[in-house]
Amino acid sequence: MEKLATEKIKILEKTANNIRKDIIEMLVEAGSGHTAGALGMADVFTLLYFHALKHDPKNPLWVNRDRLVLSNGHICPVLYATMAEAGYFPKDELMTLRKFGSRLQGHPDRNFMPWLETSSGPLGSGLSQAVGMAIADRINIGQKTIYTLLSDGELDEGNTWEAIMLAHKEKLSNLIVIIDRNNIQISGNTEKVMPLHDLKDKLKSFNWNTLEVDGHNFEEINNAIINAKNNKNFPSVIIAHTIPSKGVKAWENDYKWHGKVPTKEEAEMALVELGASS
Amino acid sequence: MLNQLLKLNTKVFNTDPEGKGTSYGAGVEKISTRQGFGEGLVKAGTDNEKIIALSADLSESTKANLFAEKFPERFIEVGVAEQNMASVASGMASMGKIPFIASYGIFNPGRNWEQIRTTICYNNQPVKIIGSHAGLSVGPDGGSHQALEDIALTRVLPNMVVISPCDSIEAKKATIACAKTKDPTYIRLARNNTPVITTEETPFEIGKAQIVYIPEIGLAHVGIIATGPILYRALIAARDLEKMGIKTKVMNLSTIKPLDTDAIIALAKEVKAIVTVEDHQIAGGMGSAVAECLAQKYPIPIEFVGVNNKFGQSGTPEELENKYGIDIANIIKKVEDVLKRKINK
Repeated sequence: MEKLATEKIKILEKTANNIRKDIIEMLVEAGSGHTAGALGMADVFTLLYFHALKHDPKNPLWVNRDRLVLSNGHICPVLYATMAEAGYFPKDELMTLRKFGSRLQGHPDRNFMPWLETSSGPLGSGLSQAVGMAIADRINIGQKTIYTLLSDGELDEGNTWEAIMLAHKEKLSNLIVIIDRNNIQISGNTEKVMPLHDLKDKLKSFNWNTLEVDGHNFEEINNAIINAKNNKNFPSVIIAHTIPSKGVKAWENDYKWHGKVPTKEEAEMALVELGASS
Repeated sequence: MLNQLLKLNTKVFNTDPEGKGTSYGAGVEKISTRQGFGEGLVKAGTDNEKIIALSADLSESTKANLFAEKFPERFIEVGVAEQNMASVASGMASMGKIPFIASYGIFNPGRNWEQIRTTICYNNQPVKIIGSHAGLSVGPDGGSHQALEDIALTRVLPNMVVISPCDSIEAKKATIACAKTKDPTYIRLARNNTPVITTEETPFEIGKAQIVYIPEIGLAHVGIIATGPILYRALIAARDLEKMGIKTKVMNLSTIKPLDTDAIIALAKEVKAIVTVEDHQIAGGMGSAVAECLAQKYPIPIEFVGVNNKFGQSGTPEELENKYGIDIANIIKKVEDVLKRKINK
C-alpha cells in the first residue's frame, strides 16, 4: 500500500467534507439516527474507501475484494455516504435513509443491500464475524485483508473480548481492527458509563499489534494500516482517537449527539460551517 | 405394530421384558444421538471440504472430537465462548464455508441466541447449530444444564430449520443431510445412550414426518406425535395402549421446522385426537408447533406431554421423566384424557 502524497491528502480532505455534508442532509431528512459517530468516522471511512481497500464499486461482489465489517452499525450514515461517494449507488438514494422499502435500512442490512458484508447493529458481534472471515480466508489462501470497525462503547460487550482472544490464538495477521475511540456512548462519556481506562495497555496485554493514531489525520491512519499489513505474525488494532461530531464545532465532543439528529436550522448552520471549510 | 414400510429396528420392543415400559432394559442396542452426530459430521466432512467444525471446549461431550481428529486443519477450538463461536461461524459461512458449531443446548442456542438470530438467521448463513445434552435426560448434571427451551428458542427464528432426531442413526442422517442445505439449522441431541429405533435402511428427509407405529388391525383412535429419543417411550405407550384396547398411530416428527403440515393434518383427520410428546417445555415446543397448525387447519382436541413450566433437578433420567410427567404412564394418561374429550365432543 502506498504512502500518501500531499495532493492525495487534499483530495481525501475534500471527499471527507462532502461525506460529512451528505451525512447531515441524510439525517435531517430521515428524522432519526446517529450523528456523532458518523461524522467522527468520516475521515477513517474516506481513507479506507478511497485509498486502502481493495474493492470495486462497479462490481461490489468481486470475490477477491477485501472485507469490511462495520460492527457498530448505528453509524451507517457514514458507510452509506462513503459508498455513494465511491460510486456503489447514486447519491440521491441517500435521502431514502430509514424509509420504508429503502436499501439504506436504519442499521446495515444485507437482505436489502447484499453487498454489505454483514447486517449489523446489535453490538459486540462484528469482530467475531471478521475473525471467522479471516480464518476462512486463511484456509482458502485468499490473501485478503479483513477490516473491522468497532466503537469504544461496544468494548463493554464481553463477546468482543472473546473474539480478541481467538484472533490472537489463530494469529490472524490478515485482520485489521480500527476502534473509534471517541470517548462517548449513548448515555454518557465512556469513562463514566464503563471505564476503559488505558485501552492501549488492555489491547497490548492480549498481544495484538497495537497502534494508536489521530483518527482525523490521513497520514497517520494510512501509516498504521501499512504497519498492520506488514505485521505477518499477529492481528493488528488501530485505536483511532476521534472527535464525535467532528466538523461541526457546536456538536463536537457532546455525547448527546450520539443518538439524535439536527433540526433543519441546526443542519443549515452546520452545512455553512462545512461549506466554508472545504 | 411397527410400520413395516419404514424398515425400523425390529428389536425395539425387546427392551421392555416386564411389560411396564419403565426401563431402557436390555434387548436393543442403545447409542446416543450425539454419537450419531459425531459420525455424521465425519462423513459430511469427508464428502465436502467446506465443512468446518467449531467447538466451545466441549468437543468430547458433543462428539465433534471425531471430526477434529480426522480434520484438525478444519477444526477451530474457540474456548468457552459460545457467543463468539456463533458469530465466527457466521463470518466463515459468508466466505463459503459450512460451519457446524457444537456445545450443550443450554449454551448453544441458549447463551448465544442473539448472535444466532442476528449474525446467522438474519444474514441467512448456512451455519449448523448443534445442541447436545438437551432435555431432562441429562440427568445428574441438574436443572441448570437441562435444555428444555431450545426448541422454542430456535423455531421462533425465521430461516431456521429445527431437527430433533429420535436416535443415533437418524442423527447421523440429519447431520449429513443438513450439511447439503443452505439453511441455518439446529440439531437437538441428547447425552444418554437411547434405543436405536430406526435402521440404515429407514428413509430420512428433512421436513418429512413418519408414521412409525400403526394398530395391528382397524383404525386408530388417537395420534401420538413425538420428537427426539422420547419417541421410544411413545412406542412403548402405544403398544401398552393397544393391549388395553386403545389403538394409536405414532408419528416421528423429527423435523419441527419446517413443519410437515400435510402429514399432521392427514393424521388429525384420521384420528381426531392428538397427544404430543417431547422432552422440552410445553410452552413453545414441538406440541405448540403442532397446535398452531391444527388450530388453524383442523381443530381437534390435543393433549401435551412435556415439562410444564418447571426447571429440572438432579436424578436419573427415569426419575426425572417420572417426576416431571414425561414418562410412559403420563403418555398413556394423556391419551385416555384426549380420548374422553374426543368422545364428549
